[in-house]
Amino acid sequence: MEIPYAVEARRDTGLSNGKIGIWLFLASEVMLFGALFASYILIRSGSPSWPRGDTILNVPLATFNTIVLISSSVTMVMAWASLMRNRFGTFRIYMGATILLGFVFLIVKYFEYSHKFHDGLFPSSNNFLAIYFTLTGLHMLHVAGGMAVNAYFWGPGAKLWKTNPTWFTNRVEHSGLFWHFVDLVWIFLFPTLYLL
Amino acid sequence: MSDHAAADIDRHVRIYITVFVVLMVLTIVTVLISRVHLPVHQAVTVALFVALIKGSLVACYFMHLISEKKLIYAVLVVTTAFFIALLALPILTHSNGYWIHS
Repeated sequence: MEIPYAVEARRDTGLSNGKIGIWLFLASEVMLFGALFASYILIRSGSPSWPRGDTILNVPLATFNTIVLISSSVTMVMAWASLMRNRFGTFRIYMGATILLGFVFLIVKYFEYSHKFHDGLFPSSNNFLAIYFTLTGLHMLHVAGGMAVNAYFWGPGAKLWKTNPTWFTNRVEHSGLFWHFVDLVWIFLFPTLYLL
Repeated sequence: MSDHAAADIDRHVRIYITVFVVLMVLTIVTVLISRVHLPVHQAVTVALFVALIKGSLVACYFMHLISEKKLIYAVLVVTTAFFIALLALPILTHSNGYWIHS
């Protein structure tokens, strides 16, 4: 059975179903991270003392990761723009770069986490680390999820380009919206956890 | 693809590059400001203000919110209202009325 409004826009919404679907999903994601940010505010405001993030966490590594994630957002949007220009080869390069940058982000986080565990710092150690590991752990899961979807579109999912290029371009745009959201969350996590 | 559409995408790409450069500069600004060691309330305000600018750039240009359909805006208005309510709850219910102890 053919999926309705995967390519053409519905007349009443002016949007394809995929587009409105991903935005509704992102709205739920805003509430998920919002709940954790609210928890952060509650825990921090209720605490008699709170450490500055840079006294415990590695700011240069996190700055590097911020640059990596912002770069990956640019390569993602360039991947979509390549499809809009009918340049499938260029799409593959940009999408590959996006996935690689996601890997770099996760590897850096692995080193950050390992260093903390080596120093005996765990989520159970104190409230700061509890909220740090919860927020960054959930964010890392989102990075991994986004990478899996992007890898699908880079590999087997790209077959759709041959049969229905507009649908494929829409799918990449939707996957990109999720990826940019993950970048956006990190833009707020970075100063909140590392610099304040 | 028509010449008009191709030119439109080229214009978009130039905007993406510009936004990328601005985001990089603002990331460095965020780190530099944190080294000044402002009082906590000022530091929070400045850091979140810069993050808000960066987030808006990503949402407006990379996520194309600057030219989106009304229904998406409607979804986001409702989301923003609930998000603000969610963040306001702990602030309003906290006994001493302060966000963060100095």
